[in-house]
Amino acid sequence: MTNKELIIVGGGPAGLAAAYTAAKTGCHVLLIDRNPQMGGQLIKQTHKFFGSEKQFAKTRGLNIAKKLISDVETCSDRIEIICDATVVGLYADQVVNVLHNEKYYKYHFDALIIATGAGEKMLAFENNDLPGIYGAGAVQTLMNLYGVLPGQNIVMVGSGNIGLIVSYQLIQAGVHVKALLEAAPKIGGYKVHASKLRRLGVDILTQTTIQRAIGNGCVNQIETIELDDSWKPIKGTEKLIDVDAVCIAVGLSPLYQLLAMGGAELKYVPELGGMVPIVDGLHQTTINNIFVAGDVAGVEEASSAIVEGYLSGLAAAAKIGYQQPDYQKSIADYQQQLKNLRSGPFGAKIRAGLKKVEAKTNA
Amino acid sequence: MISLILVEGVNNLRIFKHPILDFPKKKVIHFQFDGVEFSGVEGDTIASALYANGIKKLSESVERHRARGLYCAIGNCSSCYMTVDHIPNIKTCVTPLSEGMIVESQIGKGVIR
Repeated sequence: MTNKELIIVGGGPAGLAAAYTAAKTGCHVLLIDRNPQMGGQLIKQTHKFFGSEKQFAKTRGLNIAKKLISDVETCSDRIEIICDATVVGLYADQVVNVLHNEKYYKYHFDALIIATGAGEKMLAFENNDLPGIYGAGAVQTLMNLYGVLPGQNIVMVGSGNIGLIVSYQLIQAGVHVKALLEAAPKIGGYKVHASKLRRLGVDILTQTTIQRAIGNGCVNQIETIELDDSWKPIKGTEKLIDVDAVCIAVGLSPLYQLLAMGGAELKYVPELGGMVPIVDGLHQTTINNIFVAGDVAGVEEASSAIVEGYLSGLAAAAKIGYQQPDYQKSIADYQQQLKNLRSGPFGAKIRAGLKKVEAKTNA
Repeated sequence: MISLILVEGVNNLRIFKHPILDFPKKKVIHFQFDGVEFSGVEGDTIASALYANGIKKLSESVERHRARGLYCAIGNCSSCYMTVDHIPNIKTCVTPLSEGMIVESQIGKGVIR
């Protein structure tokens, strides 16, 4: 077994940011990712980000990934990276098990940051398992990473920012977006994204959902139905749409499994996407020296994941003896940035959710 | 054995023109799917190559034999398991395609040989 000072699980925006601030303090970092390359889901995001300069606003997601990776590379003497490696175990004696090239490796850590991100949620409807029905992340992966269209005629389900942005990306790739369905009475995401789609002639149908998919071996039609003010289907409003693909963008849920295995206290918080760890102000879980950053701590935007990464990287390094002279000031700055990102009406849900997981000691 | 060649048009869902991304021509990789010759390109996963060829059914559910395709494409959801080079339960959505691979639809839980 090898001993490592700080191990970070996940090389997406949160993990990369954490590796960078931790390494800057002098701490030695082992960054582990199960994918062949670092960058997490950013590498397939072609849209430009909102927010302020500090979180790379106006930059495309894939270019933010490049920037974060090149930052990490400037510290290559202190950051060791293993790709194609899956952390499959977390044990009470500060040990992780890693599967890499069909071999198991054991590492002991002084501190650990879990930045595993989130996974796609599913929606319940008849035949929702037909091939051709994908999560929004899968559509982005197929199109923007492998250059393969998910289909030629698609219906998007969900009008949050992901549903809106991915619809636009589908149009850019040459796919006909036949309709965008939203069960709620109002569009969930930013108006600027929705307006862009409307200008391109996409039908955005609110109070409408998918009732069933039809097809033999692959989806080729869907049936939609309108919903009343109490979310009940209105009989007689069923409509059929011919499609060869359906994209489900109804949100993400945190990939908390490692935390559960390690015994961290978790709580079901719908506002944050599902099971999330109880954390203190420095993103430490209820297990000493185990921290979290990014969507695993509650599903938000990549910009928040980056700032959470910077913060937990500094905090975890400080916890094991690498405290910088301006530590308190930097932490306060990151906490303020997070507060700003979560301000306003779009942050209300996140703020409510985070209140439920604050550890009592630091609340 | 039928041989399908990657061409622009019918049954090919590859993106050639994109306003933001470049998809340059890549080296062709040959593989077999259920006994039929197919081709993908360098950088493909097994699943992306099959999808580019219009094949969306990758496996069947264990009990009811319902068709299964890609759902998450990042190795989370287990919907894309296939038998590859005689090894069952390969996550084809994250496994890189390589020359000469033998890819088979997996029926049931798979057999370890």
